Amino acid sequence: MTNRILYVLALSAGLAVGPAAAETPVTIGMITTLSTKAGYLGEDIRDGFQLAIDQGGGKLGGVPVELVVDDDGRKPEKGKQIAERFIKHDKVKILTGIVFSNVAMAVVPKVVREGVFYISPNAGPSRLAGKGCDENYFNVAWQNDNLHEVVGQYVNDKGFKNVYLLAPNYPAGKDALAGFKRFYKGKIAGEVYTKLGQSDYAAELATLRAAKPDAVFFFLPGGMGINFLKQYAQAGLNETIPVFGPAFSFDERLLKAVGGAAVGVRNGSQWSHDLDNPANKAFVDAFRKVYDRTPTLYASQGYDAAHLIGSALAATGGSLSDMDAFRAALERADFDSVRGKFRFGPNHHPIQDLYIREVIETPEGTITNRIEAKVFTDHADAYASECQM
Amino acid sequence: MLLILEQLMNGLQLGVMLFLMSAGLTLVFGIMQVINLAHGSFYMVGAYTAATVTQLTGSFLLGLLAALPAAAAVGMLVEAVVLRRLYSRDHLDQVLATFGLILFFNELTRMIWGRQPLFMDVPDWLSGTVELFPGAPYPSYRLAVIGMGILVAVFLYLLFTRTRLGMQIRAGASNREMIAALGVNIRFLYTLVFGLGAMLAGLAGVMAGPILAVEAGMGEEILILTFVVIVIGGIGSIRGALIAALLVGMVDTLGRVFLPGLFRLFLPVAEADGIGASLASMSVYILMAAILVWRPRGLFPAQI
Repeated sequence: MTNRILYVLALSAGLAVGPAAAETPVTIGMITTLSTKAGYLGEDIRDGFQLAIDQGGGKLGGVPVELVVDDDGRKPEKGKQIAERFIKHDKVKILTGIVFSNVAMAVVPKVVREGVFYISPNAGPSRLAGKGCDENYFNVAWQNDNLHEVVGQYVNDKGFKNVYLLAPNYPAGKDALAGFKRFYKGKIAGEVYTKLGQSDYAAELATLRAAKPDAVFFFLPGGMGINFLKQYAQAGLNETIPVFGPAFSFDERLLKAVGGAAVGVRNGSQWSHDLDNPANKAFVDAFRKVYDRTPTLYASQGYDAAHLIGSALAATGGSLSDMDAFRAALERADFDSVRGKFRFGPNHHPIQDLYIREVIETPEGTITNRIEAKVFTDHADAYASECQM
Repeated sequence: MLLILEQLMNGLQLGVMLFLMSAGLTLVFGIMQVINLAHGSFYMVGAYTAATVTQLTGSFLLGLLAALPAAAAVGMLVEAVVLRRLYSRDHLDQVLATFGLILFFNELTRMIWGRQPLFMDVPDWLSGTVELFPGAPYPSYRLAVIGMGILVAVFLYLLFTRTRLGMQIRAGASNREMIAALGVNIRFLYTLVFGLGAMLAGLAGVMAGPILAVEAGMGEEILILTFVVIVIGGIGSIRGALIAALLVGMVDTLGRVFLPGLFRLFLPVAEADGIGASLASMSVYILMAAILVWRPRGLFPAQI
């Protein structure tokens, strides 16, 4: 009996909300990392996302939206709690924002089962691209391996034959080196796994020099990368052995902290602030004007995530009641990505071009990235074939 | 052979950094019987002050000169405002309060300087490398760190054995009621010792600034090893801290370098690397456990 009353109430509430949908904003929940040392990643994703909303005058795709943001502190359990609150309390149907793969693995599989759309602006663990893919999960950034694969291909193309590899001893570190080796075919001069969070690399650098490699590939996110690059330059190695890495250690904010020690390093990315297309120019100019700094790749991913959601909202007129229609609109990815060309593969992960950027010092003394070469055209990830949707 | 010599230098340099950190902490721990988890925050204060002043003035030495009093001042303020209330309390209360201070200082640096790590480079006159042994160039800055550590060790030795202040501090460590009864202002002495400890941590932070990322939370990474050092060395003993710091620096460095190679002799490469790397990060703690079995109060326990 009570159930029936509730049902009727819910139905009439639904009817009452229906016609007024244009007035009630669509709530988008953003779970991201704002505290801890990695907090600037979430900050940039949020700022990029918010910029897209502000440019639309509080609307995405012409539909009013409300963004609710909470900090997961890089902790999977906390991410789960926030997701639950967003879904139960704020009635959120679209979630986004997670920076780290371990948080994503704790949150995403659960929420997509509950009929919520999750648009990833950063983390792209292999499981969610392959066996664990889901029709309600979209990744608008990359699959984690992509930025390592592009470096592997580039290093191979440039004729390096004996490369030294370095990554922290945790799952993402091993995935990174696996991604690199998927496209690099030469010899491995050494493969070293360091402690996660290690700050001093003097011992590793001495061993590296003794191994006499002709190039170095490293994946050390955050402060570890700053430490490594500074110490690499101090040991005088940057003059003899070229360094390569994924974009994570070379975003515009980290480069400020690394300084001249990063100049000349080549890194793999799907985006750069000097990519020549109208959407990107408008984004970079607007971001600099509003936030007074050059956007990082994370900001570009947040911005693209917002526009992807906007394109689907525009297609359905802001309605999320027909999930199939909304999903089909997301799959079309009908928005102007700041990357230029962009579309989704069958596993809802990007098929996109990947570039190598070089770190340069401008005549004004700013350390920044410049596109050096396009390495992959329409690159898809390695796990798409494992995905059964 | 060359590689081993170079790695020994690296171990020595890490040991020196650890000594700068642990000297202050072991004093505070030994003399005041206070567990201060916020010691790493003084390290961070030193690094942030030095990075900021160096950026503004372009001079590393000015940065160093500004950072030492800044770290000491923050240390004495913390002692006067927070720790003084905790001397008579349980260790658990002290851990709780100083852990809170860590969070407070990390958030404070984020509010003042932002989330982005600061930039600090080696001064020009210390950049470049020196060929200590032919064929193995060694960064001059790291040599300077080692030199600084030796200076500090000598300074502390003279301070404790040759000055009145040092005598009072040693006396305070063995019996604080007695020294207070003899008319020494023990409260002021404590603040001074705390300030000295904070200043040494700040010095370690300055020296680390050009090598490491200057970022909120940088103190906690070194803090854990610092605690290992003072436990191995014997709580309250500067000499113990020096020996233990060098020991920990060597074991950590050599373990990281040679353990994976050692396992490769009898295991497949992939497994050897995994086990070697994991064991290397544990080596310091294994050392600590072994020493505690042999000498439960550390290598050089302070006499009581």
